[in-house]
Amino acid sequence: MKKTTAILLTLAAIASSLLTGCGGEDETIKVGALFAVTGGASFLGAPEARTADMLVEEINADGGVDGKMIELIIKDTAANPEKAISFAKQLIEEDKVVAIIGPSTSGETMQIKELCESYKTPLISCAAAEAIVDPVAKYVFKTPQKDSYVANWVFTTMKEMGIKNIGIVGANTGFGNAGLGQLEKYAPDYGINIIAKETYDKAATDLTAVLTKLKAKDVEAVVNWSIVPAQSIVPKNMKQLGMDVPLFQSHGFGNIKYAEAAGAAAEGIIFPAGQLLVAEKLPASHPQKEITTAYKTQYESKFNEPVSGFGGYAYDSIMLIVKAIEKTGSIERNDIRDGLESISGYAGASGVFNMSASDHNGLDMSSIEMLTVENGEFTLYK
Amino acid sequence: MTFDQVLQYIFSGITVGSIYAFVAIGYNIIYNTTGIINFAQGEFVMLGGMIAYTFSGFMALLPSVIIAVLLTAAVGGVIENVFIRRMRRTSVLGMIVITVGLSILIREFSLYIWDEQIRALPFFTGSEISSVEIIGARISPQVLWVLAVTAVLTVALYIFLKFTLTGQAMRACSENPKAALLCGIRTDRMISLSFMVSAGIGALGGCVVSPLTQTHYAMGSDLAVKGFTVAILGGLGNPLSAVAAGLLLGLIESFSISVLPMAYKDVISILILLIILVAKPSGLFGSRAAAALKDY
Repeated sequence: MKKTTAILLTLAAIASSLLTGCGGEDETIKVGALFAVTGGASFLGAPEARTADMLVEEINADGGVDGKMIELIIKDTAANPEKAISFAKQLIEEDKVVAIIGPSTSGETMQIKELCESYKTPLISCAAAEAIVDPVAKYVFKTPQKDSYVANWVFTTMKEMGIKNIGIVGANTGFGNAGLGQLEKYAPDYGINIIAKETYDKAATDLTAVLTKLKAKDVEAVVNWSIVPAQSIVPKNMKQLGMDVPLFQSHGFGNIKYAEAAGAAAEGIIFPAGQLLVAEKLPASHPQKEITTAYKTQYESKFNEPVSGFGGYAYDSIMLIVKAIEKTGSIERNDIRDGLESISGYAGASGVFNMSASDHNGLDMSSIEMLTVENGEFTLYK
Repeated sequence: MTFDQVLQYIFSGITVGSIYAFVAIGYNIIYNTTGIINFAQGEFVMLGGMIAYTFSGFMALLPSVIIAVLLTAAVGGVIENVFIRRMRRTSVLGMIVITVGLSILIREFSLYIWDEQIRALPFFTGSEISSVEIIGARISPQVLWVLAVTAVLTVALYIFLKFTLTGQAMRACSENPKAALLCGIRTDRMISLSFMVSAGIGALGGCVVSPLTQTHYAMGSDLAVKGFTVAILGGLGNPLSAVAAGLLLGLIESFSISVLPMAYKDVISILILLIILVAKPSGLFGSRAAAALKDY
């Protein structure tokens, strides 16, 4: 008897939740989010999820978009492409979201790119690899700065310093491999020779052996292109080996925790990143001054942790959808897509977005600055 | 390859190898008394680093490391009391699966407590940028700490197992638990102790390597695989051969970099694991006769 009651109660609970799930939601804007909140890429996904939650809460508190509330459905992919695929299907087919933001990593994004195309659902990726928007896919956008800008900034700086022969290292992740590819592609344009190239495991614990190889070849500078925690081991190991050449990192270093983990060895690292990290050091006339300072202050006071570029990608993803809806006044997937493509002059956390049919990233070289670490803080280089 | 380079590879190899050894010693101690492969061993290393980092915010490094070791040992004891002891009737395989579950549980709890950011303990001597020159090779002073702690630990473990009554009792459990019980050895206490000791050793390792490798809530599972490889390589059941096997694997990995990209070094260690499992399951230093007495 007790058992039957329990079963009936459970069924009733399920039924009622289904009913509430069906009713009265025409007025919300359902946005799906795929973030690697846990797992090996959690340092990307966790700030992204926190940022998206915070921003949506704020938008809804201010009355939503055109009077409609945003309903954010966050799925934790744990950086697993298979999970990303099944969650993406679930979001599109069952939750009927109008757009998806994320995934956090390039590998996952490339896996669901086709899916979003075939379901005609706008996807705004928070991952860096250039291949996401090159070639352009009709429904796929991304907010982080392109790899090629980053590579070009690194080489421009090297050329100014008169560096000729360099060694490059990177983690064997989607981000690392794509980045090393970009470096190899653009190096000849600047007359720079890559005389050593090494990849390391993302769970590496000691990289002196790799760096010994570079040291033996007398490289004049090292580029470390990585987004995993192991990247902080490179500067430490370089100092231990007595390598005094300049160390360049990628925009994947844009999390102050990585600088903290490298401690004194982080001093003087040169890396390209968005303006968000140095918001308070931007001149007042800078177009991104207001938004970056506001987001940074809000995030840091709410979560009591330093802001990172990654959260900024999620911030822009949400804001781009909001702008697109405001522009077209519709919450149909196709209209949002058209709206996204027509956004211009939106100053976001990662740069000023000027989307077009041929550019689904919309950022240019000015979205990146060369930064360096000084007294344990990020600051503008030079 | 120049002499300096070779020397540098050797130091790199033994640093990495010592880390593997810390995990493998833990596997062995628990395996000896229970026959269980404790896959939560990597999590003990992570817990050590995390707890020490947390306490180092309020106090000096040494007491925070001691607290980390004691607390992690306590966690090991609790795990044994709550899970392993009550599941004694489960098969050994069942218990191994339980340890896999425990490792996930500890990892998720750590994510909840410490979030996803990486942390690193301060260097015991010097800082991130200090470096010591030894006959042409340059290493961090922390590497010397790692090597010293590994050496002291190995000697201490040898003395403990060989000459103390408790150590001998522990070894008796590993030889034959039933006979040990008949001789009046409280095998359940020995099992508790083995969990606490291996958790404590893991935590100590986690503290010493943290400045070099950094501590991240998810680092345990990668270490568990490497440690397991080393434990098998050395021959399950002998904590001291684990040290030798750990150093050996570290050296192989480090020298392999001169021919192969570093990203392949995991392939090498897994390959070694497979070869050993097929060719000599009792391990490099293990004896076939002793292995035959075990369930696994």
